[in-house]
Amino acid sequence: MGRTLAEKVWDAHVVRKGEGDEPDLLYIDLHLVHEVTSPQAFDGLRLAGRTVRRPDLTIATEDHNVPTTDIELPIADPVSRTQVDTLRRNCKEFGVRLHPMGDAEQGIVHVVGPQLGLTQPGTTVVCGDSHTSTHGAFGALAFGIGTSEVEHVLATQTLPLRPFKTMAITIDGALAPGVTAKDVILAVIAKIGTGGGQGYVLEYRGSAIEALSVEARMTVCNMSIEAGARAGMIAPDDTTFAYLKGRPHAPTGEQWDEAVAAWRELRTDDDATFDAEVRLDADELTPFVTWGTNPGQGLPLSGRVPDPEAIVDEHERVAAEKALSYMDLRPGTPLRDIRVDTVFLGSCTNGRIEDLRAAAEILRGHKVAGGVRMLVVPGSMRVREAAENEGLHKIFLEAGAEWRAAGCSMCLGMNPDQLAPGERSASTSNRNFEGRQGKGGRTHLVSPLVAAATAIRGTLSTPSDVN
Amino acid sequence: MEPFTTHTGVGVPLRRSNVDTDQIIPAVYLKRVSRTGFADGLFAAWRADEQFVLNHNAFSAGSVLVAGPDFGTGSSREHAVWALADYGFRVVISSRFADIFRGNSGKQGLLAAQCEQADVEQLWKVLENDPGTEVTVDLAEKTVRAKDFQARFDIDDYTRWRLLEGLDDIALSLRHDAQIGAFEQARPAWKPVTTPA
Repeated sequence: MGRTLAEKVWDAHVVRKGEGDEPDLLYIDLHLVHEVTSPQAFDGLRLAGRTVRRPDLTIATEDHNVPTTDIELPIADPVSRTQVDTLRRNCKEFGVRLHPMGDAEQGIVHVVGPQLGLTQPGTTVVCGDSHTSTHGAFGALAFGIGTSEVEHVLATQTLPLRPFKTMAITIDGALAPGVTAKDVILAVIAKIGTGGGQGYVLEYRGSAIEALSVEARMTVCNMSIEAGARAGMIAPDDTTFAYLKGRPHAPTGEQWDEAVAAWRELRTDDDATFDAEVRLDADELTPFVTWGTNPGQGLPLSGRVPDPEAIVDEHERVAAEKALSYMDLRPGTPLRDIRVDTVFLGSCTNGRIEDLRAAAEILRGHKVAGGVRMLVVPGSMRVREAAENEGLHKIFLEAGAEWRAAGCSMCLGMNPDQLAPGERSASTSNRNFEGRQGKGGRTHLVSPLVAAATAIRGTLSTPSDVN
Repeated sequence: MEPFTTHTGVGVPLRRSNVDTDQIIPAVYLKRVSRTGFADGLFAAWRADEQFVLNHNAFSAGSVLVAGPDFGTGSSREHAVWALADYGFRVVISSRFADIFRGNSGKQGLLAAQCEQADVEQLWKVLENDPGTEVTVDLAEKTVRAKDFQARFDIDDYTRWRLLEGLDDIALSLRHDAQIGAFEQARPAWKPVTTPA
């Protein structure tokens, strides 16, 4: 019987098949490390007298804690500074390559891996971060792990895992202008729910997915975890290979040809079956926005704040009531009337060069509305450099936005970039959980295009609302 | 890891679904470099509300958390498990757990016991009708008991065995060191390495 893409990658990495109830032992090709989820793992190695088995398959960057202004100065927050210093010490002691603050290759771990060409089709990629699913855009099996598993991978380059179930998310048709990968994935999550993907690897397929750029595919795969899935994947194709070719760690010469030949096999067989299937029609999708406090609570921007009374399922109704109370929203309010204080453009979801280009195109010649602050935080210093080479930073600055250095920033507010209590944001990030962007902060998840249009008008808006 | 066989302690009814790891422990608490000391960050935002269940005397020393569906969604932060354990929780009961949270729990000896939602609802009522009621969770038997209430819970057999025995995953995997080495020998030469080209 045929196999799915996920099953092919899994099978190619089984070091040892589990017997009976035992999990399989899976080999890990690439381990990405950052400062937040690694200190206790390195400590564990030290306590047990273990080493990092494959430093040459491991790479670290500083992203979650780093400030995005004055990056040449020491980090002001002593606790953040300790965590970053700890990563530096650990990488030195265990021989792990690190891109620290200020380095040309520094950035969000999920932006750095792909731009270096380390994320490749058919590889297994892990990181102590749930948005590791991003790398599935290349046809890699990529998933987030906890700190104990980080330690496990450092020590053994393997993980004991039971096979995931597979779900096909087929999206045929064509996206209308102004509708982006972000709207696609928000619509997927709204359809299957925040728990709908639990235990599954999602494979996104269909003509609308094939038409996406690699960076847009990363946006889709990035938020697979918000549907509860372990990973999201897209079969690699010529678009993928063209994106990879020439990157610092991509194969070269004969090895490139060998690799591409192997990568072309990475497709779900015609006679393979998925454990579940979901279909969406790309033609019907419009700009999407979240109204609640989990990423499944989203609607087309043309809609209104839902009325919990109309929700049949009791848990969903109670969740909606709590969400509206936290978000300070009234049922029936047109989503377009919601006024924001802050617009955040960045994160591992939407902090790549295409995202910045798309937002800059809308902002060109416009000003950020009075009373609104807009933060533009490139996903990596390379993205920042590319944007400056194209002059995008001037468009942002002339519009009145802030042009920052790279990091996770306001996506989770571990650095000083936070919402104040009660503040409301339109954010291109991935989570609208209570307090995610700062204690008491209220988040609406949007695409870069909606973020830019919202910055101009001060209320949730699509590009077509902007003159 | 300490073996886990049975545990008896005060049950805490948390009537919330989609309890994400940002609620269990907000990101500002993730900056520590140790595994301990996270209890103060547990449910930090909710604990500021004096009506929150853990602020009731009868529940504040609870060790069995009974939550709504989709517990532990969101971030992979194992700090969520450390915070629950550091506070004193040994068991979380829910009808559905996020995958990464469930995995992290198993590594740290926190039991993620999956019950039917109808059982969770019934247990909530038992705990709310008599705050301070103790719940007994038996991992060998896979049962939850509180007063007259009794239900079965699900957990995968491998995690159950590891918890019962208190086994360390890394040591288990390193028993297959020779197979890992053989696998490495057979990897294609074009697979990426992080060492500068």
